[in-house]
Amino acid sequence: MTGILSLITYAPVAGIAAILALRFIAPAGSAKSADLAKWIALVTTLVTLALSLVMLGQFDRTTADFQFVEDFAWFGGLHYRMGVDGISVLFVVLTAFLMPLCIAASWRSIEYRIEEYLIAFLALETLVIGVFCALDLILFYVFFEFGLAPMFLIIGVWGGKNRVYAAFKFFLYTLLGSVLMLAAVLAMIGITGTSSIPELMTYDFGQEIQIWLWLAFFASFAVKMPMWPVHTWLPDAHVEAPTAGSVILAGVLLKMGGYGFMRFSLPMFPDASVFFTPLVFALSVIAIVYTSLVAFRQTDIKTLIAYSSVAHMGFVTLGIFSGNAQGEQGAIFQMVSHGLISGALFLCVGVVYDRMHTREIAFYGGLVNRMPWYAAIFLLFTMGNVGLPGTSGFVGEILTMTGAYQASTWAAIVAATGVILSAVYALSLYRRVVFGELTNPALAEIKDLNWREVAIFAPLILGTLYLGIYPAAVFDITQTSVDNLVAVYRAATGG
Amino acid sequence: MNFSADLSLALPEVILAAGALALLVWGAFQSRANAVFSLAAVALLVAAGAAAVLGPMGRGFSGGLIADQASAFAKVAIYAASAIAIPLGQPWFQRRGVNNFEFPVLIILAALGMGMMASAGDLISLYIGVELHSLALYVLAAIHRDNAKASEAGLKYFVLGALSSGLLLYGASLIYGFAGSTHFDIIAQSVEGGAGVGVLFGLVFLICGLAFKISAAPFHMWTPDVYEGAPTPVVAFFGAAPKMAAMVLFARVLAEGFGGAADQWRQILVIVALASVAVGAFAGLAQTNLKRLWAYSSIANIGYAVLGLASGDAAGIQAMLVFMVLYMVDVTGFFACLAALSRDGRPMETISDMAGLFKERPGIALAMSAFALSALGLPPFSGFWAKFYVFKAAIGAGLGIAAVVALVGSVVAAFYYLRLIKVMWFDAPVGGVDTPPLEAKAIAIALALFTFPVVLVALTFIDPLAAAAAAAFGLA
Repeated sequence: MTGILSLITYAPVAGIAAILALRFIAPAGSAKSADLAKWIALVTTLVTLALSLVMLGQFDRTTADFQFVEDFAWFGGLHYRMGVDGISVLFVVLTAFLMPLCIAASWRSIEYRIEEYLIAFLALETLVIGVFCALDLILFYVFFEFGLAPMFLIIGVWGGKNRVYAAFKFFLYTLLGSVLMLAAVLAMIGITGTSSIPELMTYDFGQEIQIWLWLAFFASFAVKMPMWPVHTWLPDAHVEAPTAGSVILAGVLLKMGGYGFMRFSLPMFPDASVFFTPLVFALSVIAIVYTSLVAFRQTDIKTLIAYSSVAHMGFVTLGIFSGNAQGEQGAIFQMVSHGLISGALFLCVGVVYDRMHTREIAFYGGLVNRMPWYAAIFLLFTMGNVGLPGTSGFVGEILTMTGAYQASTWAAIVAATGVILSAVYALSLYRRVVFGELTNPALAEIKDLNWREVAIFAPLILGTLYLGIYPAAVFDITQTSVDNLVAVYRAATGG
Repeated sequence: MNFSADLSLALPEVILAAGALALLVWGAFQSRANAVFSLAAVALLVAAGAAAVLGPMGRGFSGGLIADQASAFAKVAIYAASAIAIPLGQPWFQRRGVNNFEFPVLIILAALGMGMMASAGDLISLYIGVELHSLALYVLAAIHRDNAKASEAGLKYFVLGALSSGLLLYGASLIYGFAGSTHFDIIAQSVEGGAGVGVLFGLVFLICGLAFKISAAPFHMWTPDVYEGAPTPVVAFFGAAPKMAAMVLFARVLAEGFGGAADQWRQILVIVALASVAVGAFAGLAQTNLKRLWAYSSIANIGYAVLGLASGDAAGIQAMLVFMVLYMVDVTGFFACLAALSRDGRPMETISDMAGLFKERPGIALAMSAFALSALGLPPFSGFWAKFYVFKAAIGAGLGIAAVVALVGSVVAAFYYLRLIKVMWFDAPVGGVDTPPLEAKAIAIALALFTFPVVLVALTFIDPLAAAAAAAFGLA
């Protein structure tokens, strides 16, 4: 099956080419061209999903080695190297899973420059999948960084009122983090003479240099996660981005940060990771408590969910740096689960935003009277966000806290209050938007979900419940790689 | 070595010199340039490039002229950039009623001077090369002689260029006085194990003079004014090839003449590099005219190239060479875009002129976005790979902190590149953009395709060639 990763990664590029070729059939910008472009994009993303599922089916769960490896020499000692292991494979599938939903969610809500919008999304899919497959530092960096460009355009061209500010903030914040990572990447290549990630994972860096390299990578991944206090770009980006942009941002772009910690920070710089664990724990619990409180005070539905994302990512970093199997498993699970739940929540916002063109919480109220289906689905994902047992949100939180408890009792205890706080803001949001009397006359005629919207939510509902009831579906895949990661980490740090 | 062997080493120069004179005579009889005339000029450059690659290698004219891998590498790049400038510029001038046959001839004379700079083996040929190309460039800057701004730019360029030539000469005479020779290899013997105060004093002046030519801070002041005033296709030319020639010359002087004093000049270069990056990044933020903006961008970019040189080893020089080649594509392409754009016959030169360009002229707007993203250093565009080489070399040579400072500078500069993209993509179109002329559009789009994706393949060839060229300088 060698080559399937490149096939998955570049399948969306074929879709881009097809959309570009459309101008030979219909003038660019015409309704016909836009319709065809949507179908091309949807089919392309579905094919990518199918390919990624085939790849998942072939994935060997019994080995921690990289699989489906491709390796070609490039210039300057660099290689084009791709491969996945138990840590990365699920993110590839998650990305491929969310993309068709994003295209479908944009079906009616994007009204201008539709072809360009779809091209930007397909490009983003290629780049995000590339990030999770790349096994060469520079290749990883290329995918990681190039992804900024389509997201910059998605926010800036199709975003809300304050889109330019948000797009610049998003780009420059991330770029500043990334260039520091680039410096570290170049230093690592200089020290070891290789840019191969598998080789670097076994290389023993000196303790002092590890500190610097760890900090440089941390600068990039902490911004991407995002961790408190460098999270401030996220609410802006989320609020201004179109619905599908928010879904992909929360669903997969944030996961690059967590993935980066597991792929680089822990295995390559174990001593520095141990050294900085208290710092990460402190920032994580601050993120969990503080951003939960901030979320509670928001008047905009999307900002509220954006802050809740920051809080949930706090659990992920807590799990990753606990350095034990529960923590790592929980972190991966939490990321996958958050990809589904937060994506679904942003879609829930998008549903009412498409109808009313406002996200003010105060504008809504009593939606249950007019939109029973919507109320039910929104409730399910709110519960998932709170971490109700039976939904996937529960498994991730309980495991990361179990993991963190072994590493630091205090961090776990403080983090546990975050679970309560998340119930406070999520339930109060739900009450204010959905329950109560329908007093706003503008809402009198609001329509319940249509079939397209139900079809978008259905896979997310199934995924959330399935993983909540049968989490082993994830753990079976990640187990071997996580055990290996923990074993290597423990061995390197003498723990 | 006998004279004919010497001459065979100078074959590219002979071709260009004889050809330029022949074109001059032809032009005097014809009095107007036409396509055949331009084509002949391009053919001369191609022939000279072929001669540089295929001709014999060695040192001639008692060491005054060097033909090696490095000079061949630089000459091909220089001649290629010059060859692009002719079809870009000639029709542009014709449309504006300036139908001088001198334009291609001046480009060839400049190329001749730049080739000499790349081949210079002693201070005399260094100075002749620098002056020959400078004089051609002064005239080129002012060739649009009915245009007050262009004349002003030419004059400014001339006065400040003369000043820098003075610095250069003063430095050269000091070096000659203290080292006892103008030949790089003999100078190298006298600075073995560190340069004395006198030679070092001369070297500092020499570096100042060359920093003028490459517009590195703090000798960058002329750049924005000249870029703004000079005709756009001329800027496309002298933003690219002369910088390459001067950087190769810079490397030649430092590596072959002052290799023994590397620890002394490296610190100067680090400061020059960081100052350039800072000036380019911060001053660029305040610009509204795109030509001025790109002048500051070029100052910042030269800073990165100098940082590569400051590494003081073969990897650093290789990085500098790769950087310059990729940067030349960027700057030529960007000004080709500007040359292609006009609104109701007037040039479009401010950032706000570009509002909504993507809707009106998607091809040019995409090309310009590619050049902006490349200059920003966003992977996988060519500018990223250029920076990749430079920073790898700098970090490898222990200049880690300088590299981080320069990288952070690139984030500051990112703001103005992004602003350009924002204006083109996010803003509402103004309307009235003329149909771009074919030749400028073709050049712009071809170069944009080079920045991505062609560069990913091209680097597999450029990388070993630049490595061989860097090895020719004889640094470890």
